[in-house]
Amino acid sequence: MSPIAFALVAAIAIASAIGLLVKKNPIHGALFLVVNLGCVAVFYLGLGAEFLAVAQVIVYAGAIMVLFVFAIMVLIPGKEETGPDPRVRWRVAALPFGALLFAQLIMILGARRGAPTAAPAAPVPGGVEAIGRLLFTDYLLPFELTSVLLLAAMVGVLLLARRRA
Amino acid sequence: MTLPPLAQAAIAAFIVLNAVILMVAYVTLLERKFAARMQSRIGPYYVGWPHGWLQPIADALKLMLKEDVVPAAADRWVYNLAPIAFLVPCVLIFATIPFAPGLGVADLNIGILFFLAVSALEIVGLFMGGWGSNNKYALISAMRAVNQIISYDLPFIFTALVPVVLAGSMQLSEIVSAQTGLFGWFVFRAWGLGVLALLAYLVATIAAENRVPFDILEAESELVAGFRVEYSGMKFALIQLGEYAHILGTSFLGALLFLGGWLGPGPAWLGPIWFLLKAIFVFLLITWVRWSFVRIRVDQILAISWKLLLPLSIVLLMAAAFAVAWSGGARV
Repeated sequence: MSPIAFALVAAIAIASAIGLLVKKNPIHGALFLVVNLGCVAVFYLGLGAEFLAVAQVIVYAGAIMVLFVFAIMVLIPGKEETGPDPRVRWRVAALPFGALLFAQLIMILGARRGAPTAAPAAPVPGGVEAIGRLLFTDYLLPFELTSVLLLAAMVGVLLLARRRA
Repeated sequence: MTLPPLAQAAIAAFIVLNAVILMVAYVTLLERKFAARMQSRIGPYYVGWPHGWLQPIADALKLMLKEDVVPAAADRWVYNLAPIAFLVPCVLIFATIPFAPGLGVADLNIGILFFLAVSALEIVGLFMGGWGSNNKYALISAMRAVNQIISYDLPFIFTALVPVVLAGSMQLSEIVSAQTGLFGWFVFRAWGLGVLALLAYLVATIAAENRVPFDILEAESELVAGFRVEYSGMKFALIQLGEYAHILGTSFLGALLFLGGWLGPGPAWLGPIWFLLKAIFVFLLITWVRWSFVRIRVDQILAISWKLLLPLSIVLLMAAAFAVAWSGGARV
C-alpha cells in the first residue's frame, strides 16, 4: 500500500470515527461506523489479507450493520420518551477511565520508541487457502467453540421469541 | 508504449463503466420490449426508427431535465448521498468480471468473494434512501429490504460457491477455464447438481434484486414505490441505473458460473459476444419470471428463504463437495 493511499484511507477512517462520536443522531453514527469498517477492510487489503478484507465487508459493513441500525432505531427511544438522561454519573466516570487508557497508549508508544525495531516478520499468506488450512488444523478447537457459542446465542434468541408469542 | 499499471487500470475501469451504463440503458429497452410481447403489446416504438431504439436516450434526457425535489423534512445529507451509496456497489461488482481471457478490470484470485461482498453493500444505500426520505412508505420499504436481503444473502452465497467447489478456485477466470469441453459447463455437470444450483441461484438473485415476485419493498399497491418514492430526476435515474446494473451484474455472474462464460464455438474473439449473449439469456429468464408471476407476501418470502432455499443450497454445496472428494479431485 503506497503511503499516499494509506494516508488518505487513514484520514477517512479517523474522520468517520470522530463523526461517529460527535453525531447526536444514532443513525448517522451507525452510518459513519459503516464507513469506518470499510476503511479497516481497505487496510486489511493493503496488508495482503484479502480474505479478511472481504469477510470484514460481508460480516460487518453490509446487511448486518444495517440490521443493527434498525435495532437501534426500534429499541432506543428518543429523549422525549425517557426523560432526563439517567446515566449522567456514569458518563462522568468515563473521563478517568479514558485518561487511563490514553496513558497506557502513550506508555506503549514510549516503550516502542526505546526498543530496537523488531525485524519484520515473514509475510503470512492471507489467501483463502492459508486461512482455511489454519482454521481446520491449528485453530480447529477455537473455531468449533466459536461456532457452538454462536449456535447457543441463536437457540437463545429463538427461545425468547417463542416465549413472547 | 506501456502505461503505468495505475493508468491502465483507470482506463480499463473507464471503459467498463461506460459499457455497463450503455448496456443498462439498452437492457431496460429489451425488458420493455420483452414485457410488451408477453402482453401482446408493441412497447416503445416512436422514438427512433426501427422499434424505438432511441427510447433509453430519450428517457435519460427527460430525467436530467426534471426538477430535483428534496422533501423539506428529509435528512439532507443522507438523502442526497443515498443514490450514490446505492449505485457504487452495483457498478463495482463489474470490476472483477473477466469478459474474455485477460479482458477485464481486475481478475482477483478471490474474485467471487469480492463480488459477493460488494453486492452485500448495496443495502446500505437502500437503507439510507429509505430512512433519509423521512417518509413512512420509504421506511417500511427499507425495513422489508433489510429483512429480505439478509434472508437471501446466505442462499445466494452458498449456491454461488457450488461452482467454486467444482472448479477448485475462487478466481473467476479459472472457474471458466474449468468448464471447457463438450457439455463441460457446470449446468450439465456433477449429475444434475449444476442445474439445481443454477435454479437456486436464479431464485436467490431474483430475491436479492427485489424483483417480482419478491418485490415487496417496491410494492406499488401498498408502498407507492418503496424507498425511492421521494426521489426525482437524476437521483431517481441513479437508483434505477444501480438496480439494473445489479441485475446485469448477477446475470453476468450466473452466465460465468454455470454457463461457461466466454466459452463457445468459433474463434477466440467471439468469446465476449458469447458471454454477452449468455448473460442476456440469464437476464431474460429473470425478466420472464418477473412478468409471469404475482407478488407474494412478506412471510411467504421469508419462509421460502429459510425453510426451502437455505437448506437446499447447503445440501447442494455439501453434495458438490462430496462429489469432488469422491472423485479424488478429478473432473466431476
